[in-house]
Amino acid sequence: MNGDQLSQPEPMRRRVIGIFLGGGLLASFASFIYPVLRYLVPPAVADLGGDEVVAAKLTELKPNRGKIFRFGSRPGLLIMNSDGTYRALSATCTHLGCTVQYRSDLREVWCACHNGIYDLNGRNVSGPPPRPLDVFDVHLRGDEVVVSRKREA
Amino acid sequence: MFATIRHWLDARFDWDDLTAPLRHKTVPSHRLSYWYFLGGITLFLFGIQVATGILLLLYYRPGANEAFESVQYIMTRVRYGWLIRSIHSWSANLMIFTAFAHMFSVLLLKAYRKPRELTWVSGVILLFLVMGFGFSGYLLPWNTLAFFATKVGTEITGQVPVVGKPMMIFLRGGEEVTGATLTRFFGFHVAVLPGLAAVLLLLHLLLVQRLGISLPPKLEVQWTANPSAKREMKFFPNFLLREMMAWYVALGVLGALAAVFPWNLGVKADPFVPAPAGIKPEWYFLFMFQTLKLIPSKVWFIDGEVLGVLAFGLVGLLWVLLPFFESDQPTRTKGWITGLAVFALAYIAGMSVYGHLAK
Repeated sequence: MNGDQLSQPEPMRRRVIGIFLGGGLLASFASFIYPVLRYLVPPAVADLGGDEVVAAKLTELKPNRGKIFRFGSRPGLLIMNSDGTYRALSATCTHLGCTVQYRSDLREVWCACHNGIYDLNGRNVSGPPPRPLDVFDVHLRGDEVVVSRKREA
Repeated sequence: MFATIRHWLDARFDWDDLTAPLRHKTVPSHRLSYWYFLGGITLFLFGIQVATGILLLLYYRPGANEAFESVQYIMTRVRYGWLIRSIHSWSANLMIFTAFAHMFSVLLLKAYRKPRELTWVSGVILLFLVMGFGFSGYLLPWNTLAFFATKVGTEITGQVPVVGKPMMIFLRGGEEVTGATLTRFFGFHVAVLPGLAAVLLLLHLLLVQRLGISLPPKLEVQWTANPSAKREMKFFPNFLLREMMAWYVALGVLGALAAVFPWNLGVKADPFVPAPAGIKPEWYFLFMFQTLKLIPSKVWFIDGEVLGVLAFGLVGLLWVLLPFFESDQPTRTKGWITGLAVFALAYIAGMSVYGHLAK
C-alpha cells in the first residue's frame, strides 16, 4: 500500500461529506430563519369597520362644517355643505397619509402636512397629492348620518 | 494599596502589557487639535443617553394607551423626572449635532484616508444608527407631532419600489401607524439599535486605538520633512484630561439647556384628528424633508417622492464608501472630496434653514 493509491478517493469523499455538512447546516439555518422572518411580518388585521358606519347625528354638524369620523381603522371626513347636504370622503391624504381637514374659510379640504388641497368632490386641486380622495356614499337613517363605501359597479 | 492590586492583576493577566498601548498612545498637537475633541464629546453624550435612557425605562410604559400618560407621569410626578427626560431629549439633539460636526471635521482634515477607511465606514453607519435612534425615540411619548412625523416618515419608506411596502409594514407593525408601531419602535430604540451601536462603537474605537490619530496632510508632509517640528502629547493623561474638560463644558451646556428649556410633551396622539398645521420632522431630517418637498410630483414618468428617496439612498451608500474614491496618487483632482464636503455642509445647512423658515 502506498499513499498515492489511498489519496485518490479522498477528495471525492471529502466533497461528499462537505456537501452533506454544508447542506445540513444551510437547511438548519433556513429552518431557524424562516419562522423568524414570518414572525417579523405582522398578522393582517381584519378591518372591523365593515362597509357602513354611523358618522354623525343629524343635529351634530352645522352647515359649512366638517367632522372626522372613524371608518374601520381609518379616518373619514364628513362635510355638511351650506345647503345642508352631506358629503363624505376618505380623510387619509393620498400624498403621505396625514389626516386632512375641512377648511370652512376656503370651502376646501386641506392637508396641513404639505399644504395639499382637494375640492369637495375629493379631487386633488393643488399641492403634492397625486390622487383624489376616495368618495363615500352618504344617506340618512332616522337621526343618523350613515356613510358607506361606494358599491363597485 | 493600588500597587498591590496592580501587582496582583499583572501577575495574572499581564496587566502592564494590556495597558501599554494606552500609555504609549500619543495625540498630535497643532492648531487644529481642538477638532479631535468632537468624537469624544459625541461618545460622552452617548454615555449620557444610555444612563438617562435606563432611568426613563424605570417608569416608561410602551403602548398607545399608556405611553403618553407614563411620560406625563415622569414629568409631573416623579421627582426630577422632567429633568431626566429633558436631558435625554437635549442630549440626543446635541449628540446628533456633534456627530455631524465630527464627521465634517474628519472630512475636512482628511482623516478618512488610507489606512482609516473602515473607521470612516463604521462611523458613518454609526451616524445612521444615531438618526435611527432619533426617529424611533421621537415616537415614544406618543404625541400628535410624533404620530404624524412617524406616519410621513414611514410612508416615505413605503415609496421605495418593490421592497418599500413590505418595509413600511414591517416598521409600522401593520398597514397603519398604531400602538403596534409604538411597540416596535420601542423595541428598536431600547434593544436592536443599542446592540448594533455597541458593536460598531467598539469596532470604531478599536480602529482609532489601533491606527492612532490622523494628521492633516499638510502637517504630515511638514513633519515628515522636518521631524524636529513634530509636537505630540500623551493621550493618557494629558489629552484625556483636556478631553474631560470638554466633557465638563458639554455637561454644563446640556444641563443649562435641559433646565432652562425643558422639553415639551405636546398633545396626546389621536389617529382621528386632522394633522395640525406646520408638521415638520426633527431638525436633522429637515434637509431631506425640504428636498423632497422641492422635487416636483412628477419627474418625467417617475414619482418625485420615489426619485428623491432613491437619490438619498444612493447618496447615503456612496457617502459610506467615500474613502474608496480617493486615489493614493497625487493628481490634480485630489481636492474634489474636500469640495464635496464643503458643498454637502452648505447644502445641509442651507436646506435646514430653508426648511425651518418655509411654511
